[in-house]
Amino acid sequence: MLSPSEIETRLERILLKVQKPGRYVGGEFNSTMKDWAKVDTRIALIFPDIYDIGVSNTGLMILYDQINRRQDALAERAYAPWLDMEEAMRANDIPFYSLETFHPLTCFDILGFSLPYETLYTNMLNLIDLAGIPVRAAERDDGHPLVIAGGHACYNPEPIHAFVDAFVIGEGEEVIHEIIDVVKNTKMNMSLRGGSSNFRRSGERIETRRSNLQVGEEIALPPRSRYGKNGTRPSVARNDTLRALARIPGVYVPQFYEACYWEDGTVSSVKPLIPETPQMVVKRIAARLPPPPTRFIVPNIDIVHNRVSVEIMRGCTRGCRFCLAGMITRPVRERSVEEIVAAAEAAILSTGFEELALLSLSSSDYTHILELVDAINCKFAGRKLTVSLPSLRIESVSVELMERLKERRSSGFTLAPEAASERMRRIINKYIPDTQILETVREIYLRGWTNIKLYFMIGHPEEALDDIKAIASLCKAVLAEGRRVIGRRAKVHAGISTFVPKPRTPFQWAVCDTADQIEAKQALLRQELRDKNIKLTWTAPEDTMLEAWLSRGDRRMAEVIHTAWKNGARFDAWQDQRHHATWLEAFAASGLDPAFYTHRPRREDEVFPWDHISSGVRKKYLLEDYQLSLAGKTRADCRERCHACGILPRFAQLRRENPGEYWKCPEVKVANP
Amino acid sequence: MRLRITFSKSSALRYTGHLDLQKIWERTARRAGLLLAYSKGFHPLPKIQLAAALPLGFSSRAELVDIWLESAGFDPQMAILLQNAASPGLGILKIEEVDIHAPPLQTQVVSSEYEVTLLEPGTGSGLTRSLSAVMEAASLPRQRRGKDYNLRPLIEELAIKPDPSGGYDEKIKVFMRLASRAGATGRPEEVLEVLGISPEGTRIERVHLILDSGLKSGLESPN
Repeated sequence: MLSPSEIETRLERILLKVQKPGRYVGGEFNSTMKDWAKVDTRIALIFPDIYDIGVSNTGLMILYDQINRRQDALAERAYAPWLDMEEAMRANDIPFYSLETFHPLTCFDILGFSLPYETLYTNMLNLIDLAGIPVRAAERDDGHPLVIAGGHACYNPEPIHAFVDAFVIGEGEEVIHEIIDVVKNTKMNMSLRGGSSNFRRSGERIETRRSNLQVGEEIALPPRSRYGKNGTRPSVARNDTLRALARIPGVYVPQFYEACYWEDGTVSSVKPLIPETPQMVVKRIAARLPPPPTRFIVPNIDIVHNRVSVEIMRGCTRGCRFCLAGMITRPVRERSVEEIVAAAEAAILSTGFEELALLSLSSSDYTHILELVDAINCKFAGRKLTVSLPSLRIESVSVELMERLKERRSSGFTLAPEAASERMRRIINKYIPDTQILETVREIYLRGWTNIKLYFMIGHPEEALDDIKAIASLCKAVLAEGRRVIGRRAKVHAGISTFVPKPRTPFQWAVCDTADQIEAKQALLRQELRDKNIKLTWTAPEDTMLEAWLSRGDRRMAEVIHTAWKNGARFDAWQDQRHHATWLEAFAASGLDPAFYTHRPRREDEVFPWDHISSGVRKKYLLEDYQLSLAGKTRADCRERCHACGILPRFAQLRRENPGEYWKCPEVKVANP
Repeated sequence: MRLRITFSKSSALRYTGHLDLQKIWERTARRAGLLLAYSKGFHPLPKIQLAAALPLGFSSRAELVDIWLESAGFDPQMAILLQNAASPGLGILKIEEVDIHAPPLQTQVVSSEYEVTLLEPGTGSGLTRSLSAVMEAASLPRQRRGKDYNLRPLIEELAIKPDPSGGYDEKIKVFMRLASRAGATGRPEEVLEVLGISPEGTRIERVHLILDSGLKSGLESPN
């Protein structure tokens, strides 16, 4: 195994030959470097896209912060090298390494992959391979690190079950500590038994200090004895560790489950194979959000988002039927204004950035949004600071809010009507009448914004061409409104995404439009929206198909993913890296029909491949909501009234322990003794 | 106030280019609590002037940057604040106040001095001869980015630095002073190529910037 200094020497020879070498050298302000000899457990946190995209990812920052606060653990980061760097690394035998200390990833105890979207799956496989670890979990042995994954794209983990040792379902801030404790204890138990003193890699024998333990005596093994030169890892009984991890609520270890199928290819059941594992793995939530990270990494090169971010609220109460994020991040928990402002200030002071993003799924729904923006303006009075407040709801973005945002505004304003006809709005449960949209955009144009971005969604199976025409009419009406207010300067950007019926949403029973249907709809829009002040962007149908296969797949998709990766698929989220033919060939090689995952109608009582994982929202609730959508009926925002989606009974205890304004679910009364 | 900072650029920061270095200075100054002065106009930017672009991959012991601050009083403590707030790889060597009306820093630079360490053993053979050949040449026609140019007038000085210990393991260092003006900038890699040395097996560090006033940035080396 190469040492960090050997890796650095080899890197020096190739870095000037690749694009943006600054991506690969670390050394950023606020990065944390700890002494490897003084720490028991080392975790590599990996965002499987390039540095420019991954370095500002808030989820990774939260975990980096949580782990590094511990004395006994460290976290370092790694991101996917771009194609030119990967080629150079493979040609020069440079394994995948961490940015903080250039340790090969095989030196770490845990590799933690963050998976916010499914198109990163092939990158994850590629990075495991680049690290020198077997891509298939079944082929890994005690000398390999544990491969753990978390994030929204893990809510249906089955397509990548074969490559990940353990999944974290839900929020990671608390469960990451439980995982570290398990790994630490398992290693310690191994040392005591004297079983781990052999090093798989270097073959060196390391002395293990044996102590004659009395009951209750504290164990203090010198950390140094567990590691050899260059921080090589001791072997740990993998199976023991995985069994222990499987007992942690919210951790899903796929090898302890078995999936069975009917003749027609649908799932008949997914059952646990050992008694320690639960029938259903329920997501974890943090009842109170821990203090947000403030020491954001400041990159030394220009990247996508040069800003700090503070999460103001988690979850969403609107219940839009297509939205995976809204369905899986319940319940809504809001941070206090004081906590947010304090975090924003600490973050700006510690980084020197000039932009602050306040993040949530639906920011104008935050109860104290006006108060918050006032407090931010006050705190940063006289200082240059751009405040970005994405995810505003048309219904709640008031004139008062716009007034407060206009001084520190960033250039564009984004709204998401999604549908433009009454019928479609009822079906997706995002009902915003045209009048409200037009009033809102007028107020926005009046306050100095010249460009408004509108998000629309096409491709729902209930959709007709009239609904598409309505989108075009609405865009033109918005532009007309803008012209009335500010003349020729008014611009509209229409971003048209294509619907994929996601698992865990009421639409998981729906089908995808075919590629032909999608293309016809997009062609119609292009035809209708030829104004030079309207910019139109859309998603290529091949990209939609890929998203659908990956998000709705079952265990059999794992072979397809493996084959596609082996044949060159990676960076699937990048528009210029499309490998559609490779994917179709991979399906053929596995004897699977891609249409099974996209266009096949689902039975109402069908067992889905992801049913043994729970987001807290009951399947019955989702089915009811789906049936309501077919009848064109809407459901109110659950801040107004609770629809009993299943979150409260599931997390009743947590709610009881955390009463009051913080959660937006109803209170749960303490049971009478 | 116009603050001139002499700084070193090393380790990970070698792979940060000139434009990004500007941003790094902005953020470092803010983290240090210094109030940046902004330019006027429609799109105000902090007034930060770097003396001369340092090519990607090079380190330096003697870079210069002028930063305009709102505060009027010079305080030597600023050096400590800046060092604590500096990105790793940025070393604050010296700070001083300079005349706010002096010409832009970029226009004051005339030459750069570089020290090139040869990492590969055996590249030093015949070096003295190549060096003389280069210095005696009337012209050195070269091409860079599709344009023809003459390298010779851009080479002001060229020497092999005597090694302090002269031991077997000591690496050979080539010392060069090259013109650094608008439209006439000599690049060390070009000089290395005419000397018959591949830039790949070398480590290049800028050791001084020379201003038209005759001032040399950076510390003198110990020997």
